[in-house]
Amino acid sequence: MNIEDLHQIARIEKSKQEGFQHQIHVCVAAGCLSCGSGQLKEALEKEIARRGLDTWCRVKGVGCLGLCTAGPLLSLETAGIFYQGVKVSDVSDILEALGGAPVERLICPVNSAFFRRQVRIVLENCGRIDPERIEEYMAESGYGGLALAVSQMSPTEVIEEVSRSGLRGRGGAGFPTGLKWTSVAKASGLTKFVICNADEGDPGAFMDRSVLESDPHRVIEGMAIAGYATGASQGYIYVRAEYPLAVKRVRLALFQAERMGVLGNNIFNTSFSFNIKVRLGAGAFVCGEETALIASIEGRMGRPRPRPPFPAEFGLWEHPTLINNVETFANVPPLIRKGGRWFAGLGTEKSKGTKVFALAGKIMNTGLIEVPMGTSLRDIVFDIGGGIPRGKEFKAVQTGGPSGGCIPGQFLDMPVDYDSLAKVGSIMGSGGMIVMDESSCMVDVARFFMEFCMSESCGKCAPCRVGTRQIYDILCRITGNLSGPDDLAMLEDLCDLMKSTSLCGLGQSAPNPVLTTLRYFRDDYLSHIHDKRCLAGACKAAREVA
Amino acid sequence: MKDQGAPPEASVQVSSKSVEDRRLRLVNRTMQLYRNEAHALIETLHAVQESFGYLEEDVLKYVARTLRVPLSRVYAVATFYHSFSLKPPGEHTCVICMGTACYIGGSGAILDALREGEGIVSGETTSDGKVSLLVARCLGSCGLAPAGVFDGEVTGKLDSEHVLERIGRWRGHEH
Amino acid sequence: MKIHPRKNVRSDLNPSRLLTFRIDERVVSAHEDESILSVARQNGISIPTLCHLDGLSERGACRLCIVEVKGVARLLPSCVTFPRQDMEIITASERVVSYRKKILELLFTERNHVCAVCVSNGHCELQNLAVELGISHVRYPYLYPRLAVDASHSRFSVDHNRCVLCLRCVRVCDEIEGAHTWDIMGRGITSRVITDLNQPWGSSETCTGCGKCVQVCPTGALSEKGKSVAEMIKRRQFLPYLQMMRGRQDESWPK
Ligand SMILES: Cc1cc2nc3c(=O)[nH]c(=O)nc-3n(C[C@H](O)[C@H](O)[C@H](O)COP(=O)(O)O)c2cc1C
Ligand code: SF4
Ligand code: SF4
Ligand code: FES
Ligand code: FES
Repeated sequence: MNIEDLHQIARIEKSKQEGFQHQIHVCVAAGCLSCGSGQLKEALEKEIARRGLDTWCRVKGVGCLGLCTAGPLLSLETAGIFYQGVKVSDVSDILEALGGAPVERLICPVNSAFFRRQVRIVLENCGRIDPERIEEYMAESGYGGLALAVSQMSPTEVIEEVSRSGLRGRGGAGFPTGLKWTSVAKASGLTKFVICNADEGDPGAFMDRSVLESDPHRVIEGMAIAGYATGASQGYIYVRAEYPLAVKRVRLALFQAERMGVLGNNIFNTSFSFNIKVRLGAGAFVCGEETALIASIEGRMGRPRPRPPFPAEFGLWEHPTLINNVETFANVPPLIRKGGRWFAGLGTEKSKGTKVFALAGKIMNTGLIEVPMGTSLRDIVFDIGGGIPRGKEFKAVQTGGPSGGCIPGQFLDMPVDYDSLAKVGSIMGSGGMIVMDESSCMVDVARFFMEFCMSESCGKCAPCRVGTRQIYDILCRITGNLSGPDDLAMLEDLCDLMKSTSLCGLGQSAPNPVLTTLRYFRDDYLSHIHDKRCLAGACKAAREVA
Repeated sequence: MKDQGAPPEASVQVSSKSVEDRRLRLVNRTMQLYRNEAHALIETLHAVQESFGYLEEDVLKYVARTLRVPLSRVYAVATFYHSFSLKPPGEHTCVICMGTACYIGGSGAILDALREGEGIVSGETTSDGKVSLLVARCLGSCGLAPAGVFDGEVTGKLDSEHVLERIGRWRGHEH
Repeated sequence: MKIHPRKNVRSDLNPSRLLTFRIDERVVSAHEDESILSVARQNGISIPTLCHLDGLSERGACRLCIVEVKGVARLLPSCVTFPRQDMEIITASERVVSYRKKILELLFTERNHVCAVCVSNGHCELQNLAVELGISHVRYPYLYPRLAVDASHSRFSVDHNRCVLCLRCVRVCDEIEGAHTWDIMGRGITSRVITDLNQPWGSSETCTGCGKCVQVCPTGALSEKGKSVAEMIKRRQFLPYLQMMRGRQDESWPK
């Protein structure tokens, strides 16, 4: 494979697509598949063949179209129409309407803010290409970034471009990606590794899953570019076993990429070689932590170890290792193709580019969105998200999952970027955003997250192993209206202890949901403690006592 | 990494039943793919879980011997990760998501209903061996919260009645 | 597990630098690959530890050895932290001492440490730490788990009620004895040390009966049968020597 071949494949693919007058895109990501989009796609194909339309109309399975609640979703690429909640029985109506007036009852309002307000970089191909065909990715300039990097740029230039873009890690902490790449590139050693962290443990987040299911080649290309820049020739993708479809698509994509020669030896006729293997997680949140993830790839229990030494110098099998999140890698190809300066033009001063969020919870439009950094929470929740259903009152939005916090209404106008979120006690996290309405009791929410951290704690260090359990017990006492007078003080004391003395990020950030709810929703606690009543009416025991 | 030669004795008989040997094929293939190196342990346990439905003790011993991993380490890994189970599953499995979105969407109430209505507690199998109930930490279908998996089929927008009815059907009684 | 920077490198090929820095206002000097804990102890400054044991690999897990370093916001475990030139280390600030107490109290609540009826009463490291840190009462509620005692081994027994999960037994068995009979099952608060496939110790096929695990156990969790309380003093001075002689740290099973 050389660059000419790449362009050739892209050209052929484009002209083939242009041959069809109509392209019906059916979402075949996990969300829509579970509402029957697989059968829908089959029915469409059969009906098209039966009617003999197959020369000018084509059905294509695509990745996530974004609006997961309204599934199964269809989009008619040429006409720019979205259909929602489509059933097999709608197939003939849809085909009859092709080229004419659309089927009114199925229309999903496309020009609503949900689609209009988004800026798509990571998701640019999501819902537009067939994730199971590498040619379609290539037709959208796929692997062009890799070709450019290996044939025309030195590794240092690639890293400079990434540094110039201001890209920060999308896995949670927001560490500058350029810096991380530099330290791996500088680390001594001939063997180096690149790992893609696709463990996505935050319960309620599904960005990484959607990217892997909808556009796996983008992540592969990003990893290969990282390998070239840091001097690594072997990559690993560590995916949760709970994402069978993502695993399947990534494996297929790797197979295709190897066959096409964009992975393997002498990529684009250069001396650069790069291979990628898939490793499955096995149901442990803590394996998202980088040293635990490495332990897990090595076949051990996923227990973190003290850092330093950091993986950048002492990682997988003791070799220098680069670990980045799925979305971080997915940002790399366009960044190389279009230049770091272009990327730096998006977002805010300290947080560049866009961020993918998984909107879920008590919100009209649940699904996947990508917005420029710095978009306000209000815009995300009320404009793009369509607000709270059933006329209920907004109460909080939770970002960062078990390591993040609950943000109250008073901060709705805050721009969403790494630093603003940290300032109010939460974190960006990987991008899960759960909206809660007045029916949620924040003590119960804190209890939910602490239960999560307790059962996900690896148990290595004493403060987290015993601290999570003690905090959980206190929160159970409070929600059950059995708390004593000292419980609130003990809660704060334990949170402080865990934050300051735990070994890894799990224990250090586990108190965040408790601390933010204590800070912003103290009334929920006080009402349970003093009046033995749940303000939101959510906690069972409280209702029984009242 | 340790230098791994040929495994000590790869043809250890796990059980006299020939059915078992067929189930071992996937396990052996996985271990061979990694040249019986110790770091294949988790991948191998996935293979055991897939072909046997759970981690049988004899198979664990076999895996330990082949990959040259201490017995206690195999057990440690098998119990550290929640994807693995040491108990045989029921005829059917029902997984209820207890991720954030699903919890906010009411999956806790579904579990309560299952406990009250069917007497099933998560992580356990009914006494008639028909149904195993598990909880998951986000299936990635949060858009369809609350979500669950019935015998491998992801289903969204669940409510207690729906779940009770499906489980009732599996156990052969109506509600 | 190997701790970076590596030990046992040839000093002519990798000369290690000599650093000077301060511990508790005292100027000390040491090689860059000596942990802060070991430098402090060489200089007669005591730092409480539980998971650390001379002669075993470091785990950095109990967090009792935390110290403050000027200019660093986080507290650092001194057993796995290495000095830098001009570092200023404070080993017993009020903040650190109060955290150490709380961590130890949490450990007391985790299992059932009823010292009055324990074989190690009087020789227990946990007890000694409590005295050293001046703990008179435990502020958190006890969790009272119901845990088993396994007395199936002919010479030893394990009482999980006294275990603090320091994993010294696991490390000594793997790194020094080379049997790897012990490991730790489960995770979080439900973790428990096990022998082989979580079977009775007496039925273990791999245990050599050497008793090293009993000697390193800081509490009464592992004990020798038929010994009176007075006899339950543990001997472990051989460990650093064995570690050096066996030199197999490079190929041990990381914890
Ligand atoms: C308990 C814990 C869980 C984590 N889970 C994830 C995860 O699911 N996905 C992820 O990408 N990063 C996760 N991280 C962050 C990673 O450790 C690491 O910082 C990240 O993968 C680095 O990638 P980035 O620089 O691209 O953000 C987690 C960290 C901790 C402490
Ligand atoms: S903080 Fe929790 S998860 Fe992290 S090492 Fe300690 S016990 Fe394990
Ligand atoms: S049995 Fe003793 S040595 Fe082993 S982990 Fe428990 S307290 Fe530590
Ligand atoms: S929270 Fe249930 S599927 Fe994500
Ligand atoms: S002695 Fe350092 S953490 Fe236990």
